[in-house]
Amino acid sequence: MRLTCPYCGSRDISEFRYLGDASAVRPRLGTGSAEPPTDLEIAEISDATFLRENPRGLVHELWYHTGGCRAWIEVRRNTATHDIMSTRPASIRAVTASRADRQPDHATQSASEAQRTPPA
Amino acid sequence: MRYSLYNLAQNALAGHARWTPVWRDASPRNGYDVVIVGGGGHGLATAYHLAKDHGITNVAVVEKGWIGGGNTGRNTTIIRSNYLLPGNTGFYELSMKLWERQEQDLNFNTMVSQRGIINLVHTDGQRDAAARRGNQMRINGIDAELWDAETTRKHLPMLNFDNARFPIKGGLVQKRAGTARHDAVAWGYARGASSLGVDIIQNCEVTGFVRDGGRVTGVETTRGTINAAKVGLAVAGNTSRLGDMAGLRLPIESHVLQAFVSEGLKPLIPNVITFGMGHFYISQSDKGGLVFGGDLDGYNSYAQRGNLPIVEEVAECAMAILPGVGRVRVLRSWGGIMDMTMDGSPIIDATPIDGLYLNGGWCYGGFKATPGSGFVFAHLLATGRPHHEAERFKLDRFRSGATLDERGAGPTPNLQ
Repeated sequence: MRLTCPYCGSRDISEFRYLGDASAVRPRLGTGSAEPPTDLEIAEISDATFLRENPRGLVHELWYHTGGCRAWIEVRRNTATHDIMSTRPASIRAVTASRADRQPDHATQSASEAQRTPPA
Repeated sequence: MRYSLYNLAQNALAGHARWTPVWRDASPRNGYDVVIVGGGGHGLATAYHLAKDHGITNVAVVEKGWIGGGNTGRNTTIIRSNYLLPGNTGFYELSMKLWERQEQDLNFNTMVSQRGIINLVHTDGQRDAAARRGNQMRINGIDAELWDAETTRKHLPMLNFDNARFPIKGGLVQKRAGTARHDAVAWGYARGASSLGVDIIQNCEVTGFVRDGGRVTGVETTRGTINAAKVGLAVAGNTSRLGDMAGLRLPIESHVLQAFVSEGLKPLIPNVITFGMGHFYISQSDKGGLVFGGDLDGYNSYAQRGNLPIVEEVAECAMAILPGVGRVRVLRSWGGIMDMTMDGSPIIDATPIDGLYLNGGWCYGGFKATPGSGFVFAHLLATGRPHHEAERFKLDRFRSGATLDERGAGPTPNLQ
């Protein structure tokens, strides 16, 4: 298996480290107040942390080019055949776009909003 | 037919022309009390125990391919009960005790071989951790011994003790552990279940669930609709796909695990040996081939095959502890589909959907659990309550925080 790093070109899979589902977005928790999280917030963060779609077929996933330029790459790959459809640099836009491809299970802020506000 | 020396002799004299099929290749009926999806070891063992222990015989096992053709036919045959965490310790020992009586219970040769296992240790810290796990086992009435280097060298002189990078300092030993013939396990449970009235239906793939309001009342299959008062899923590897049909997202990623068999050798490895500085395990089958495997490839896969980097890594582990196998030829390799959970431990629980029960998330350790899993899943299906040895395998333990994190790796399935 080979991945095409957008910066380094086609490299053997052993140069990369797998993270997982690129569409897993951690929801922003609260507003930084001292209030304990609500049951809904706990459910949201628990679901985002632990639940996965895990399809047999096309997936968006994150790989890290640890043996090369150390960029994070978003890969579109087929888990039934290992065919690589495309690779591109991972970015906030990319993550938001892949979530837009799916029906959200629950209301979450977009990843870009979450990135702008530092955690409390 | 009950197997015995008598009917073996009779059939031999008759030229083996009078053996009857080991199980009925059944056609689906309209409905059953319980439909078990998945004709692997776990599903078949569940059906057997439903019939045997609970008298529930109006049961069907539906299997998309041939029975035992999934992970049951692909594993490295190791059985053991040397787990650390409460919740796991007792369950795997329950399973081990069932292994010990399996051949008598099933009247079938599953080649259960309690040849022992050693988990090698290479540092003082590892030895301490091994002692802790061994003590945890002994507190629970499970056999465990801690061998030093000298004792290990006496038993296994062919290992590479003085490896500068991974010196062998000893190991944690469970003598009652060992191996079993995986295909025979599937066939033995199939025969047991079928003889008690269970319908085993092959080439029958579930394509959806029949719902009545929120409740599951049956399965849609490639061989028609089958109604069921209860549906139990035992499809580890494909659990998420079935879950998706029911609208469930699960804490599971499907990963490929490769395994290997070498050419036949004269007896070299008398037990099961695991490496301490990498994920690697090896034993020798009765045909003489070395059966071994290592870590996951690391990426989600349903392909039932993997790639070369992990092949190289597995070979490196083998050479680190047993350099004598350096010129042995690998005959074949293959892959399976592992239900990797977010804490490395299984899920045996009712789902939030009435009528639908789940037995999955076995990661790469499902084979040793086969008898125990069937036993406790049958208990759950029959009574609606979890068996006390399986009550921690809850589906919602990730949200509640009651995870069984043997490896301490956090919510990253490929690190479990």
